[in-house]
Amino acid sequence: MRWLPVFKKEMQLYFGSPVAYVVFTFFLFITGIFFGSIFSFYSDASMRSFMQPQFGQNLNVIENVMRPLFSNMSVVLLFFIPMLTMRLFAEERKSGTFELLLTYPVRDGEILAGKFLAALVLYVLLLALTLLYPGLVAYFTRVEWGPILTGYLGLVLTGAAFLAVGVLVSSLTENQIVAGFGTFGILLAFWIVGWGAEFAGGSLRGVLQYLSFVDHLDGFTRGLIDTKDLVYYLTGIVLALFLTLRSLESKRWRG
Amino acid sequence: MIQVDNLTKRYGPVTAIHDVSFTVDKGRIVGFLGPNGAGKSTTMKILSCFMPATGGTARVAGYDVFSQSLEVRRRIGYLPENAPLYPELSVASYLDFVAEIKGVGRAERRGRVADVMERCFVTDMQNRLIGKLSKGYRQRVGLAQALLGDPEVLILDEPTIGLDPRQIAEIRALIRSLAGQHTVILSTHILPEVSMVCDGIVIINHGRIVAQGTESELVQQVFPTARIEVRVANASGDVAGALRAVPGVVTVEPLASRDGGVGFVVESERDRDVRADLVRLVTGRNWALQELHQVGMSLEEVFIRVVAGEQVAPDVVVAEEEAR
Repeated sequence: MRWLPVFKKEMQLYFGSPVAYVVFTFFLFITGIFFGSIFSFYSDASMRSFMQPQFGQNLNVIENVMRPLFSNMSVVLLFFIPMLTMRLFAEERKSGTFELLLTYPVRDGEILAGKFLAALVLYVLLLALTLLYPGLVAYFTRVEWGPILTGYLGLVLTGAAFLAVGVLVSSLTENQIVAGFGTFGILLAFWIVGWGAEFAGGSLRGVLQYLSFVDHLDGFTRGLIDTKDLVYYLTGIVLALFLTLRSLESKRWRG
Repeated sequence: MIQVDNLTKRYGPVTAIHDVSFTVDKGRIVGFLGPNGAGKSTTMKILSCFMPATGGTARVAGYDVFSQSLEVRRRIGYLPENAPLYPELSVASYLDFVAEIKGVGRAERRGRVADVMERCFVTDMQNRLIGKLSKGYRQRVGLAQALLGDPEVLILDEPTIGLDPRQIAEIRALIRSLAGQHTVILSTHILPEVSMVCDGIVIINHGRIVAQGTESELVQQVFPTARIEVRVANASGDVAGALRAVPGVVTVEPLASRDGGVGFVVESERDRDVRADLVRLVTGRNWALQELHQVGMSLEEVFIRVVAGEQVAPDVVVAEEEAR
């Protein structure tokens, strides 16, 4: 298994350059602001419901804190995931190190696996740091951990699919800006395609709704693991990685 | 060990190399010579399995570089032009990565890495980030990664570029020491380097091989005549004509006058030593012989002649002389 050295090298590059630290810092900063405002709004509402019990019927931390937070985090990821993936192949091709990498006795699939897993592990680390937010909620009130865990599972899958798209785009260019912006554009399209569904009619509506990741993540945040959503994410990940592999292999015979 | 047959590479309409064929025997060091853009790097990229050829075949260690790429890659060490490395890694961690990816086991990895660092003189920089190193050190780290895994075949694209004179000598000695155990193909445009390091030479120009062989073979191929420089004083009459009349002399060309004498370059048939006859002629006519010595043809002259396309068949030269 030769993916391990590639994986270790990518991790060293993430932490040897400011990339990991910058992404971690700003992701936590922005999601922290979201969490702070959502949570203080919730505590205001629960204070009011304490005085006027008729408004307090539907108050629930999963429904009113974690679900909006998950949904906000998935949108913030649209901006951050491209920063994690854009250099993976583009930088190596630009600097010429890819030439050397391709002449080592390692299969294209192993190079891809090492790089994708490195990005995925970094992303999971990033998500793990946000466990601070449900942790804080649990400090103040009783929470159900089930929907939080499935929510995180949904975010891991969403992020993995985003990363796979980013890896694919990075393998197509040697310009990091193009890789980053291209990834962002594609991910953004997968978000806003859901808005179009509201105006579309008939079968198109269903197709657009299915393509958007928003609905698929929604199930997970409600504590629901639906096969349909799992299939959506896994298909996306496998398809993007498969196309990346093809793009790498084509390098071997196209030159 | 390396066998290249009719290799052709086109980038769109541009032909980078055309119908290149050569072989390198096991344990030999072959130098690839040519001006910039001649196709040296392209050939090396194909041999190292980085890039496919448009036509022809190349076999390294018995395996085809295209269809058995992985087998070839297990057996080569490659140093691309400009030694591309990861600037964010330290020398030691980079070499550890290369050793691992080349399949050097965990137990011996540390020792192997220390060994190549020692051989390439980068041990004192092992904890430095590669991005902070000078060009010469980066080049040597590049060479160190090529040596890792003890490959049978080394493909080195300009291994001594960017090094200072002392480092160049050290690296040449290192490459020289690889002969016998390893088969090496290296490119350069430093001509004395080829004379010093290589057993065989391949000269490539405009994507075609224009000459190949050992240095002395090339000299003989390109310059079929031997050259003798003669200077005489107190000469009267047609000195050039008299020299040309000596049997075996092919051409006589005048040199600039110096020290009150006249000088000529006499070209003779290579297998015939005319020096004694020339001395007899000069002394017989009571001219004062100031100087007479054979001029060795260097690789540089061979290169310039071959690459500039100035190679003119010897009989044409004779015809021109006679016409004058």
